[in-house]
Amino acid sequence: MATVVRKTRDPRIRFYNNLKIGLSYLVLIGLSCVFLIPFFWMLSTSLTEASKIIVKDRSWIPNPIVWKNYADALTVLPFHLFLKNTLIITFACIVGQVLSASLVAFGFSRMRFPGRDALFILVLSTMMLPAQVTQIPTFILFTHLQWIDTLKPLIVPAFFGGGAFFIFLLRQFFLTLPKELEDAAKMDGCSPLGIYWNVAIPLSKPALATVAVFSFMAHWNDFMGPLIYIQSMENKTLALGLASFKSLHGTEYHLMMAASIAVLMPVLIIFFSMQKYFVKGIVMSGIKG
Amino acid sequence: MKKQRSSKLQRIEALQGFLFILPWVIGFLAFAAGPVIASLCISFCKWDILTPAEFVGFGNYAKMMEDPLIAKSLVNTLYYAVFHIPLAMCGALGTALLLNQKLKGMRVFRTLFYVPSVTAGVATFLLWTWIFNPELGLLNRALRHEVPWIDFANGLAIKWVPFIANPPKWLADPQWAMPALIIMALWGVGGGMIIYLAGLQGIPEELYEAAEIDGANSIQKFRRVTIPMLSPTIFFNLIMSIIGSFQVFGAAFIMTGGGPMNATLFYVLYLFQNAFMYFRMGYASAMAWLLFLIIMTLTLIQFKLAPKWVHYQ
Repeated sequence: MATVVRKTRDPRIRFYNNLKIGLSYLVLIGLSCVFLIPFFWMLSTSLTEASKIIVKDRSWIPNPIVWKNYADALTVLPFHLFLKNTLIITFACIVGQVLSASLVAFGFSRMRFPGRDALFILVLSTMMLPAQVTQIPTFILFTHLQWIDTLKPLIVPAFFGGGAFFIFLLRQFFLTLPKELEDAAKMDGCSPLGIYWNVAIPLSKPALATVAVFSFMAHWNDFMGPLIYIQSMENKTLALGLASFKSLHGTEYHLMMAASIAVLMPVLIIFFSMQKYFVKGIVMSGIKG
Repeated sequence: MKKQRSSKLQRIEALQGFLFILPWVIGFLAFAAGPVIASLCISFCKWDILTPAEFVGFGNYAKMMEDPLIAKSLVNTLYYAVFHIPLAMCGALGTALLLNQKLKGMRVFRTLFYVPSVTAGVATFLLWTWIFNPELGLLNRALRHEVPWIDFANGLAIKWVPFIANPPKWLADPQWAMPALIIMALWGVGGGMIIYLAGLQGIPEELYEAAEIDGANSIQKFRRVTIPMLSPTIFFNLIMSIIGSFQVFGAAFIMTGGGPMNATLFYVLYLFQNAFMYFRMGYASAMAWLLFLIIMTLTLIQFKLAPKWVHYQ
């Protein structure tokens, strides 16, 4: 309290503080422009008439505004199929990862069995393993199963453990649940699976939402996975479809930007509506990792 | 009697616990442990999947020593890492410090700065390909923008000249393609920023108050309180950036395809080309193991150096 009074009384310090605040806002607004201008440029291009793309001094607000670019961009390639495939993969993976990571995390946090802690260290150590080491044998495995050019290689692994990071995240969360609830459920004759489903899962909705949001982002944006496993046009995902857009129509920037914005939109919507869970997950990964 | 019953209960709990982690165990064997062993074996073979594998011992590793593209891709990756890591870390820390002030509207700025990290992917690679377009792209349009300049030849009159008349051709120029990718990556500092911000908010206010009572100025407070208290977060971000730098793939694959003249041939891109374009499975596996070794070594070095500068409470 004393410091506040001192700061406001002395005009020199007050001037210095106001200057600092003013400068901070100036830098912040400048940085915001740097971060946002690429998006405006993208939007502006996506609404520009094809013939005006090459005009040297065209304005930021296109004249005329060509909404048709979006319709064109999304029909040049079968984007409705890309969307369908991406939705299937993304939702199947979210279900798979949330379910299996929470089961495994429950086992690691609320059950006692020999070798548990050693196995958990093994879980963590798989995070260190670069994907490139396992990629080739996994590709060969899926080749033998004749799963190449299907969505299966992109979905099935999600159901087996759900990824070390998510297991870690959920285990940390389950460890904070009060033991008394579990004991009370046990008294009522609840099996461990019952405790998992009726006690742990309902109490962990925020953590599960964090996992779901991360899983969504990872699979919606995934490029390397589909690139390795998908060949035919009708099985491609949005990310892969966009990439083929570049190789097939690489000079039609107005369409490319329209398609890119269409693909980004769901990500932005999810991000803005689920921001809380997002920041929480990142903070947890940063502080405890 | 009682002891036996409790051990029976323990055995049941152990079995149940094992059933809970069973999905991970299967996944670990099928998608981690199994492939790791297989990958090591494949790295000693010459194999194109179609014809039977042929054992070549350390042949692949020996061939890597002589492959100029391995050296090139390693140098490229290192070039990227050396510039990207410090720039991104300072950028992320700087923006986090700016946002950590108790001023209005910080949440909005935080969201704005973070958005590019959320959208990272093919769409943003296409966007930046367009921004870096030599003739029509946003960046070169801005660089060619006319600015007033004193015309010394004409009696110090004011004339309008392009800020930079011949800006770089960015992705089309072997010298500028890599700087372009480094610039683009700076757009994504929001990811690191959020982690620093969380770290900064975890520093107890009392430490700053104590430092103020001791007469510390802002710079001293930053050096003696903020940096040491934030060092575990800096360490975490450093490790993540090192691993991330060695994993660059999508940007190069989509924006440059490794060109021009292999200027952006990243190690993982070259690995991918060997594995899934030329089907040199043995060679690519050997490359993967070298990558693993490099990442492990760099990480271990950081962990060895950590006690010198990372302060855990």
